[in-house]
Amino acid sequence: MHADDLLNSNYVKWMLAEEAPASDIVISSRIRLARNLNLIPFPHLLDQKSGERSLAEIQAAWQKSQDPILREMELLTFDQLSPLDRQILVEKHLISPNHAAANEHYRGLLVNRDGALAIMINEEDHLRIQCLLPGLQVEACYEMAERIDDQLEKNLNFAFDESRGYLTACPTNVGTGMRASVMLHLPAITLTGLANAIFQNIAQLGMTVRGLYGEGSEVVGNLYQVSNQVTLGQSEEDIINNLTTITAQMVDQERIMRSRLANETRFQLEDRVGRAFGILTNARIMTSNEALNLLSDVRLGVDLGIIKDIRPFALNELMAAVSPAHLQKRSGQEMDPFQRDVKRAEVIKEKLG
Amino acid sequence: MNCEECKQRPATVHLTQMYNGQKKELHLCEQCAAQKGAYMFDLAKFSLPNLLGTFLGGNLGQQHMQAVGQARTCPNCGMNFADISQTGKLGCSECYAAFDGELEPTLRRVHGNSQHIGKVPARGGEKVMVKKQIEELKTRLQKAVAEEQYEKAAEIRDSIKELEKKLS
Repeated sequence: MHADDLLNSNYVKWMLAEEAPASDIVISSRIRLARNLNLIPFPHLLDQKSGERSLAEIQAAWQKSQDPILREMELLTFDQLSPLDRQILVEKHLISPNHAAANEHYRGLLVNRDGALAIMINEEDHLRIQCLLPGLQVEACYEMAERIDDQLEKNLNFAFDESRGYLTACPTNVGTGMRASVMLHLPAITLTGLANAIFQNIAQLGMTVRGLYGEGSEVVGNLYQVSNQVTLGQSEEDIINNLTTITAQMVDQERIMRSRLANETRFQLEDRVGRAFGILTNARIMTSNEALNLLSDVRLGVDLGIIKDIRPFALNELMAAVSPAHLQKRSGQEMDPFQRDVKRAEVIKEKLG
Repeated sequence: MNCEECKQRPATVHLTQMYNGQKKELHLCEQCAAQKGAYMFDLAKFSLPNLLGTFLGGNLGQQHMQAVGQARTCPNCGMNFADISQTGKLGCSECYAAFDGELEPTLRRVHGNSQHIGKVPARGGEKVMVKKQIEELKTRLQKAVAEEQYEKAAEIRDSIKELEKKLS
């Protein structure tokens, strides 16, 4: 069962930065399509009977599909997933925190071998089709997500209205039902105090900026998620083009600021990177936020060639590995925050030392 | 029951709002409700569901409060518009048709648009695609007529008729 591998290892596809475009700045790209079944109440109104029906219809449509991409997926319903395993999936960005927090057995996840494709079942909408790839690959994500959408649509009656588009539980998603997003690592823009001005501009272009785990999460480790706000009245192509263009501009801006930092404040920069590496490889107690912030400095050092023998993949893997559920899974026991901080320091030292 | 504000006219508008997780019910007459509408908007908490609820409720406050008084419900899932305003979520696919008029201003406010122009599902959307094809052909027909290409125009007209048969 490949789902076990996903739960027990750190690796997911989006971490594979090496061959992905602009992966020195764009950690990952994601497309998420919200789809609902006609007439069945939206998930927040589901009871046991309608919830099971929704799950059964989706399961049947998946099983009927001949497409290898769907055949390769595996279904995990919530009765098969412990709360800890669900948290692992959140930390790998395969399901949302809200999905993980719920307990209904008719909720679930269809996921492929490397976690590039994941379909949340009965989250806020009946289906949330997600494709998550490393680097700047929003278009490639859409191609895969659309292929799954087309396949499932052959056997499911999706709620769709000619003038409102795909109908969703929340009117903020109606229309394309699509959220396109990129996860950006912007240490230089942040360090030079440009971030707020840039994000205000982005907001005017119909995009929003969020933290690491999406809606409501704080920004740590200079990691920002940029996504489209508008889903109605713009085509998928327009939304993807907008996001890609804006991202490309931010990548340019970040590169300019990085090279200025490297040229004009070389000693300060090397000092900062070196100190971060020193703390990460020597500390005995490390909180999650401290780890993510120091890893951001080390990542910048790797990208600028100040640190030579660490692969970006290892840093991506560490982001998941140092999260609470991953630490507990690895130790095979529940841990209080202090125990986790000790374990976190140990895991980082092992990986970077 | 009399209005909680003026305590004179009968309460015809019944509102449920969430403030900091506390449920608050208001029973008002139309006149007081209209005044109250703007006031409640200021107090709303700015998390997304609440904000959205306020958008929905805000429309309600100024224009459609009477509709809530009449407690119209979605024929499929039974949600009424007060439920939707409160949660910021619709109940099912049919709610969109049931509360079309109430949703229109909200969609415009959130998206700046209210008309979908993106992907159409192949199966459920067959009719939609045919309609779009017809629209396209009509434009071509006008152009052909304007350019006095009558043979071509006749061909296009026939194709339109073919497609219209599919729709009926």
